[in-house]
Amino acid sequence: MTMQRRDFLRAAAAVAGAGVLPGCATTGGGTGGKVVVVGGGYGGATVSKYLRMWGGGKVEVTMIEPRENFVSCPISNLVLGGSRTIADVTVSYEALGKRWGVNVVRDTVTGVDADKRVVTTAGGKTFAYDRLVLSPGIDLQFSAIPSYRADPARAIEIAPHAWQAGPQTVLLRRQLEAMPDGGVCAISIPLAPYRCPPGPYERACQIAFYFKRHKPRSKVLIVDANPDVTSKAGLFKRAWAEEYRGIVEYRPNHTLADVDLATRTLKFEVGDDLRANVINVIPPQNAGAIARTAGVITANNRWCEVDFLSYESIRGKGIHVLGDSTLSAPGMPKSGHMANNHAKVAASAILNLLAGAPVNPAPMLMNACFSYITDEQAIHVVSVHHYDVAKKTMVAVPGSGGVPPAMSPFIGRAANAWAKNIWADSLG
Amino acid sequence: MRTISAIGIFAIAVAPAFAQAPTTAQARDMAATCANCHGTNGVSSGGTDSLAGVPKAETARKMREYKAGNRPSTVMQQLAKGFTDEQIDAMAAWFAAQPAK
Repeated sequence: MTMQRRDFLRAAAAVAGAGVLPGCATTGGGTGGKVVVVGGGYGGATVSKYLRMWGGGKVEVTMIEPRENFVSCPISNLVLGGSRTIADVTVSYEALGKRWGVNVVRDTVTGVDADKRVVTTAGGKTFAYDRLVLSPGIDLQFSAIPSYRADPARAIEIAPHAWQAGPQTVLLRRQLEAMPDGGVCAISIPLAPYRCPPGPYERACQIAFYFKRHKPRSKVLIVDANPDVTSKAGLFKRAWAEEYRGIVEYRPNHTLADVDLATRTLKFEVGDDLRANVINVIPPQNAGAIARTAGVITANNRWCEVDFLSYESIRGKGIHVLGDSTLSAPGMPKSGHMANNHAKVAASAILNLLAGAPVNPAPMLMNACFSYITDEQAIHVVSVHHYDVAKKTMVAVPGSGGVPPAMSPFIGRAANAWAKNIWADSLG
Repeated sequence: MRTISAIGIFAIAVAPAFAQAPTTAQARDMAATCANCHGTNGVSSGGTDSLAGVPKAETARKMREYKAGNRPSTVMQQLAKGFTDEQIDAMAAWFAAQPAK
């Protein structure tokens, strides 16, 4: 690999900017190029901040996100358990603007012109870019459920998914609070891959935590399209057999066919119908809609394949995709932690690409997924991934990663520290 | 016109990755994977150790103890096993050079 001397010097300058810290937060101003970031979740917020920080403020970054604040999916199951409020998992975008000089725009991107390198928004604005980052998260496939097709907005009022944290989380909590003791809450899980593999099982624990204390005759019934628990299976099953004995029941191989919304009855491809008082239907998922608009959904009509050295779409065109929207590499979960790590690899690569320099040929990723069993005790699964040159993908480093022997309050405290730090790292 | 090799930046684009010590830029990128829990540039928001400004030898020693299973942890023993000694040294050096807050 060779490059022109001036490119080498520009690359060296870009790397020298790495040490630049807060205080340089003037919006735009730079001559290092323009990046537009679509989405302000773990991926979008982190890439925006790191482009400004590592770029020494020279790259102009505009982040376009329709929501007023960031609401974290991780930890949001504790809102259902009652030990946290939605305010506890809500973080302002203010620091991205004030501290880092990111131009945060509250709007929805509706169009991408990859040839002209311009995006357009629902609010009628246009933004030009040199590099575009799409970090839209997931869209829920309401069309997969026949009774949802006519009016999905009404369907999710009756059967909240709560799989994008916010009002849906609060709605599900209210339904649980209104449910009489002796009632049943059913959780329907789609076939993997879906956002946050352990999330539905943690949710079952948190709802059971609430029932055990306030509605002890009530039940949580997990109806899972997968043949087994998809993450930390031994640890979750132990929690259901011990901590939540008689409260949680797990049924694998239950693929949802339809929902009778009038009677809150779940119907399956195989198996008896299930009528419940509260139905939490987590639909199948695909990459966020803007990825389809931009033409970067390339796998199974659902996910975006990327070059794991830069997170640029395999279609190229200067469009990078991060987080849950990507076709995950083997062993790489769709998680907020992963999206944050994708964002850093992408930020490093984008700065070098803008400077005409080669990207890091050996990126690494870490992942930590914590799951709270009670309000204080938690479990985890962690992994370390490196780039495999021959396979051109990320692979888990042999011998690394794993799960703990049992739930513990130490892991609970680590989970809390994880949340505080990743929110600050992504948004602060 | 003659071109020069991209030495010193990301100059090891040959398999296997990290046949030699990571560059400073690679150390920065790798250290950023720690920031989720230990704070941006190693300045923790609480509940975990800050790594910024900690002497290289101290961080490297702790990481080797985690890796060997000789230091109690929740997640660090499992994570430390994902890094070579050269990578640990490079990250430890990078954090040592960051200003502590």
